Amino acid sequence: MTDTVAQGSAVAKAAPDTMAWDSGLRRLMMIYLPLGCFVLILLFPFYWMAITSFKPNAELMNYKENNPFWISSPTLAHIKHLLFNTAYPHWLKTTMLVAIGSTTLSLIASTLAAYAIERLRFRGSPYVGLGIYLAYLVPPSILFIPLATVVVQFGLFDSPIALILVYPTFLVPFCTWLLIGYFKSIPYELEECALVDGATRLQILRRITLPLAVPGLISAGIFSFTLSWNEFIYALAFIQSGANKTVPVAILTELVTGDVYQWGALMAGSLLGSLPVAIFYSLFVDYYVSSLTGAVKE
Amino acid sequence: MSVTTLSTHSVVARQPNWLVRLFDYKPFLIAMCLAPALGLLAVFLTYPLGLGIWLAFTDTTIGRRGIFVGLENFQYLLTDPLWWNAVFYSVFYTAVATFGKFALGFWLALLLNNHFPFKSVLRAIVLLPWIVPTVLSALAFWWIYDPQFSIISYLLVDVLHWRSSNIDFLGSPWPARFSLIAANIWRGIPFVAISLLAGLQTISPSLYEAAMLDGASAWQRFRYITFPMMMPILAIVMTFSIIFTFTDFQLVYAITRGGPVNSTHLLATLAFQRGIAGGELGEGAAIAVSMIPFLVFATLFSYFGLARRKWQQGEAND
Repeated sequence: MTDTVAQGSAVAKAAPDTMAWDSGLRRLMMIYLPLGCFVLILLFPFYWMAITSFKPNAELMNYKENNPFWISSPTLAHIKHLLFNTAYPHWLKTTMLVAIGSTTLSLIASTLAAYAIERLRFRGSPYVGLGIYLAYLVPPSILFIPLATVVVQFGLFDSPIALILVYPTFLVPFCTWLLIGYFKSIPYELEECALVDGATRLQILRRITLPLAVPGLISAGIFSFTLSWNEFIYALAFIQSGANKTVPVAILTELVTGDVYQWGALMAGSLLGSLPVAIFYSLFVDYYVSSLTGAVKE
Repeated sequence: MSVTTLSTHSVVARQPNWLVRLFDYKPFLIAMCLAPALGLLAVFLTYPLGLGIWLAFTDTTIGRRGIFVGLENFQYLLTDPLWWNAVFYSVFYTAVATFGKFALGFWLALLLNNHFPFKSVLRAIVLLPWIVPTVLSALAFWWIYDPQFSIISYLLVDVLHWRSSNIDFLGSPWPARFSLIAANIWRGIPFVAISLLAGLQTISPSLYEAAMLDGASAWQRFRYITFPMMMPILAIVMTFSIIFTFTDFQLVYAITRGGPVNSTHLLATLAFQRGIAGGELGEGAAIAVSMIPFLVFATLFSYFGLARRKWQQGEAND
């Protein structure tokens, strides 16, 4: 509430020179201090994850003699254990395969669907759009039990292909809505010109609309990739054998063994499993933010 | 689906005249464009949704086709204290976590709406908890909540000397419930904050100027401009948040698996335990189906939020 003061004054651009010292202090207390707390709390688990993965076991279990917030003798033992004594590289490969496969499939399906709904305008196209939007509201927690039987019926149980085919159920609605928004922003006149010049609809889609919608496609693509990388419940329910598991499932079910938890290895696994999406994210931050906010506003 | 890709390919390859004309025939083109998306959704979403409702009325187990048993599963659930416990915790978890996420997320959005250096960097950092796989950050929370080596206990006991013994976060029901809610709030703040920030940025500054000229206080400006203008987007974001918090699975499964003594089971984790781990598909499906009324309620909430939005937009934009 007090933040609106600062916001209001910043918006009104009330002569910045008159800002007294105490309003600077006030700004510090009202904006920077809470922001600092937020960032600290939001980032701490990652810091803790990272620092745990490089700590030797002796330090992990002894807070009296070591400062737990720092490492005195960093070690790569946990990561080495992960890479050479477990199937971790294989899990990474499976996850990557599933994420890329389902992203490609949903991008193709949702580009075509969004184009048909937004540009080919037929009777009932708003209802198809609404139907796809409603599909987004059906959570995986309701679907995983019947989907497990469907997957068994198709003979795809324990196969990554099942995941590639199932993930589009939550990716397609999201991507379609995102792309409908992007197609809307492309002037229709461009397509009309091409139509007049005798281009077919598919040529228009390929040569005119798609090149202009590249930012939208990138947003949808990276979002789908992240969502499929992070998916958990389907991967847990449909994959049985250790080798075919995706990273999030494998860490939880294969690395958590017995009563003594290997916290170092667990955190190293979590860190490595988070890195691909984190790197991806850092490369495409703006796309993430715009697709997140765009999809909500749509 | 494979049919579409095949025929598209052949158009490019051979360009026979009748195929080109067929693809320029609008109804056919529309059908072809919608087929992959609607096909996928029909086979892997609509059909399982119906199948799930059917399974809820049968006594199917893994490896055995069930027969129709009517409302037996639901009657059993109504007498099952574990189900009631899961309903209670699902509602409690959703209510407290949603309140926390929106209070803190709205605050963070208002903070981020100020002008300060490195704003975009900060906005990127803030979204990080939402990007990272939930299970993996849940594992970090599990480690933070460790009974012996919890860093929070260390801070409170050895650094600040506020307590004399470690906190047993996950060992007894209520602390475990609140620990899970805290982890859920932590994960949900970024999504709420960034979505609401987008909404805040669309509010025209001239409204605040006019209000200031009329002598409105900061609280009044928030109450009568920011809040009503944010209502539509709040309603949508809140619907999403409620739906996905209510049906949450990952956090609870990763941190407590429903324990201690089944006190932290959500409906989704209970459905998994009975349906997949226990093999009682019919009963698991019935638990999953029992979530639907709550979700319908949340969706109607969104619908009225949207309706209000149309009214606010006026006729200028469509």
